[in-house]
Amino acid sequence: MTLWLVIIGTCAGCYLLKLAGLSAPRRLLDHPAVRRFAMAVPVALLAALIAVQTATDGGRELALDPARLGGMGAAAIALLLRAPFLVVLVAAAGVAAGLRLLGL
Amino acid sequence: MGIAVGLSGLAFGAAAVTAGLSVAQACVLSLLAFTGASQFALVGVIAGGGSLTAGAAGALLLGARNTLYGLRLADMLPWRGPRRLVAAHGVIDETFAGAIAQRTPADARASFVTVFAAIYLTWNLTTLIGGLATERIGDTDAFGLDAMGAAVFLALLAPRLREGRREVGVALLAAVIALAAVPFLPPGVPILLASAAALVIPGGRAAASPAADDGGPSEQEVRP
Repeated sequence: MTLWLVIIGTCAGCYLLKLAGLSAPRRLLDHPAVRRFAMAVPVALLAALIAVQTATDGGRELALDPARLGGMGAAAIALLLRAPFLVVLVAAAGVAAGLRLLGL
Repeated sequence: MGIAVGLSGLAFGAAAVTAGLSVAQACVLSLLAFTGASQFALVGVIAGGGSLTAGAAGALLLGARNTLYGLRLADMLPWRGPRRLVAAHGVIDETFAGAIAQRTPADARASFVTVFAAIYLTWNLTTLIGGLATERIGDTDAFGLDAMGAAVFLALLAPRLREGRREVGVALLAAVIALAAVPFLPPGVPILLASAAALVIPGGRAAASPAADDGGPSEQEVRP
């Protein structure tokens, strides 16, 4: 029951956070500092998500998993070669799964 | 992108059920929260033995980036009333990345609607399948799905890094801040803290006229 309440609360909160951004006063974005921040924030957040997902154990502590690092390396190489999105993902998953199969 | 989201949805359904949620609870999260990183954060904390409060807080902190996406998208999606209420539900990483890659507001709207509809259907269907099939799938890490989750974010970030040195600086600083904070802060918080990187690095001309920077990085921009 508690779990259900937490789930419903999380859903409501996530929705209101989305709505708040779309409904914020337009003037806010006319401010150069706010605009600059809003442009750069997704880059910062995506980079942080990548770092945390790649080099930690579920965000709890730093952990370098060789297979996951190998998968990310493969994805980075595929992106440098301008490979299509799907190829990038298959390369990441394939290399990580392959390295785990080898016992890494 | 559809197949990638589908695989992520399978992974989420499996992770949620492994963490002790029912299939119905996993599906409600995908239907109503509909923001993958937050959902993974919630079930990740629950699976790791963290408190429900910590899990919800982590999910909401991660969900706060959708507020920032919404601020940027408001110019391109000028809907009011019920249409805005529906559109708000679709403000996520993928719809944001798709919309801002378009050249005109009309293209941005079309991209937003298409990507939202496709991902909503795929994400919810695959959450259901992943939850139901968890016993068969077993350890999703064996299929490299954990590396693929991060690769999705890397693929979303890559085009932004080609825009100039400022973006690369912001990204590197954010990654360093997040990793440095991980041992000291609850899951989810380091990622929000890293958004401070966007404040620290000076913006050059991009602030006054974003269009002026389309030609490439400027020499005056950033030396962090």
